[in-house]
Amino acid sequence: MEDAASVSTPVLGVSDLWLSRGGQQVLRGVNLQVDRGERVALMGLSGGGKTTVLRTIVALDAFDAGKILVDGVELRPGPLPREARLRDLRRKVGIVFQLHHLFSHLTALQNVVLAQVHALHVPHDLAEARARGLLGSLDVLERAHALPAELSGGEAQRVAIARALATDPPLLLMDEPTASLDPARRGELGETLEGLTRAGRTLLLATHDDDFALDFATRVAILADGVVVEEGEPERVLRRPSHPATRALLQSQGKSLGSPRQELAGGRKSSAGGRLAVVRPRHED
Amino acid sequence: MTEGSPQPARRLVRSTRALVAAAVVLPFLSGAFAPAHLQAQTDSKQLRWGGDAEGGAPFVEADPSDPSRLRGFDVEVAELIAAGLGRTPRFVQVAWNSIDASVARGDFDIGMSGVEDTPARRAMLLTTIPYFEFREVLTVRLGDRDRFATLESLRGRRVGTLGNTQAYDMLLAARRDHGIVPVSYDDDVHPYTDLADGRLDAVVLDHIIAARALGRTPGLVTLPVEVGRGRYVGVLARNQAALREEVNAILKAAMRDGRLERIYRKWSIWDDEQARFLAGMAAPAPAAQTDEAAAQPLPARSPVEATVRYLPSLLSASAVTIVLSCLAMALAVTVGVGVASGRVYGGRLLRLVLTLYVEATRGTPVLLQLFVLYYGLSAVVRLPAFVAALLGLGLNYAAYESEIYRGALQAVPVGQLEAARTLGLTERQVLRLVRGPQAFRLALAPMTNDFVALLKDSSLVSVITVIELTKQTSIFASNIGSWIVPGTLCAAIYLAMSLPLAHLARRLERRWKTPLR
Repeated sequence: MEDAASVSTPVLGVSDLWLSRGGQQVLRGVNLQVDRGERVALMGLSGGGKTTVLRTIVALDAFDAGKILVDGVELRPGPLPREARLRDLRRKVGIVFQLHHLFSHLTALQNVVLAQVHALHVPHDLAEARARGLLGSLDVLERAHALPAELSGGEAQRVAIARALATDPPLLLMDEPTASLDPARRGELGETLEGLTRAGRTLLLATHDDDFALDFATRVAILADGVVVEEGEPERVLRRPSHPATRALLQSQGKSLGSPRQELAGGRKSSAGGRLAVVRPRHED
Repeated sequence: MTEGSPQPARRLVRSTRALVAAAVVLPFLSGAFAPAHLQAQTDSKQLRWGGDAEGGAPFVEADPSDPSRLRGFDVEVAELIAAGLGRTPRFVQVAWNSIDASVARGDFDIGMSGVEDTPARRAMLLTTIPYFEFREVLTVRLGDRDRFATLESLRGRRVGTLGNTQAYDMLLAARRDHGIVPVSYDDDVHPYTDLADGRLDAVVLDHIIAARALGRTPGLVTLPVEVGRGRYVGVLARNQAALREEVNAILKAAMRDGRLERIYRKWSIWDDEQARFLAGMAAPAPAAQTDEAAAQPLPARSPVEATVRYLPSLLSASAVTIVLSCLAMALAVTVGVGVASGRVYGGRLLRLVLTLYVEATRGTPVLLQLFVLYYGLSAVVRLPAFVAALLGLGLNYAAYESEIYRGALQAVPVGQLEAARTLGLTERQVLRLVRGPQAFRLALAPMTNDFVALLKDSSLVSVITVIELTKQTSIFASNIGSWIVPGTLCAAIYLAMSLPLAHLARRLERRWKTPLR
């Protein structure tokens, strides 16, 4: 019934989002729209408010002004809504935290089962079968009975993705997804994310990793001084930045503007550049 | 002695004194009072005599008009002895149950405040000639005056007395013979208040104690039947034979010339029976009686024999300790979880109330709380002793448990909670499925420590007449006049209970560190 409408409307609409914390304006009118099937990289300097934007979208942080629309569910400014009113939102958006925050007392499998059984009231057998399927598709099924403390950073991330997907939200947020990965693993993650959007999911990634954004994002939005100053195709925004803030961001990453990327990558971190180059052509298919 | 009417104020004072005295006795059951001991051999011009002012009138009590002074017939007998020896009397306060152990280690020269003449005492210490004869009498509620005439008629009934006395031994015998239920108290006031309250059906104690209680507690009557007879003596260390002879001579002289009679008349404890008794004692050959009793010392028992004889009662007492500790811990955990959740999640008013509960409970002695629950509330609700013990220990430990859980709840990382919220779990589910289980793992080690502590603190409940392991050990020790065997057995049983607990906790901790499969 909603489908006809949601095709034409974006999965995520953030308009004129304001937020102050401790007397400081963190967000000053953020506007951001993400359409179905997109992989949008929200980029900016550390402390620039990327994580805060993600937290407002999943209603962990309240905001002062503006509006957030997640697949038809609206969030308004002011105190966080009561949990009963958040029920719809929780089914629309999932998040993978930078540090994953897997439930430390539960196995990987139990982490993925928990919300299905207790929030969605899926029978346990069904939930477990689905969890195994998710862990399998993310290539961590053999770690199903490991506790989070026993998982590597990459394994923990894939379990966290499976946990977030277990409730089948159309929109998935990820905070600094490459932070816990060694360079060789970033390509695998990128492919995984492509697979997710092919299957109809929408992704918003907060990252300051411009190489990853270039390789795997379909669109880039630059957050600076609490507003989105520039957005567009990764190649255009990151290769030919038009806003000073974008240049500052790239410079902070050690980029000299306008140079061919392969050389840069090769010179800066050769192994990463090399492997990413191998992965990239498949992405550009 | 039927002086005066009920004296509520006095009763309160005495309850407090009982409490203070009990608080001092329990940690040092052996009755060691080092300061007194240090002053021991220094001054031969003094007669250091030990007694318990908690015993109260007519034995030894603080003078109501000047509480720094003592009065009572034992005080005057001590003064009489000191005068005869040409020394100054100096009083040493000692818990009544510890008089024997304390005089044996030299804390004072002679112990006397209603000290009974028993075979165990004679075997362990030197005793003076008896200076007072008492009758064990049966006191019941006025309404029961015609129902219960003798111990036999009290089958299945609860009969109270002071612990470690001849009367208590009589009640233990009556349990075998007539099926009564003996209840041991640490003082001689609360048996009577509990009788009036209906917690007991009768009290057996010395007639002068009963007479005093009847003046204080209305609605009771002492039956004319005499259940037994006993005598008060002074006790001295075994190496004080010369002093004992001097004291005996002084006492005999005082019996002959009427000085003892004057003291007893003054304290309204003189009667024809006493006159006959003193006349007999003062007669030329009274020593026969004393020697006759002395000629039957306790049959010496080897440690093995003593162990075999007392182990069953120690084991059944440790069952009380275990059941009480487990139930109290279960209560403490349940209430503690509730209090901790309330303090973390509750509104301002609830948090304030719970904080007050925790601080008041942690800031006052558990002994006081037990007294309040058992005696203080008895006008409102008459809790059975075991229930009061369970509530007292459980609610006390609940305050400590709640602090552990509160700390553990707050130690669960916020990220864990946020992850659970974004998955659509309600706050209640977050607590039940994520925060609670993680906090429980954090709390497990301190909880085990607390349970071991509770196991040992359960010995405090003997002040409200529950006989558990420590109390049973103390009874056992005073029966055989030595702490060595009972003390060792008691320690071994406590260790046998606490060591496996520590082991279990370590295993549980290990198990929860690895996947539950």
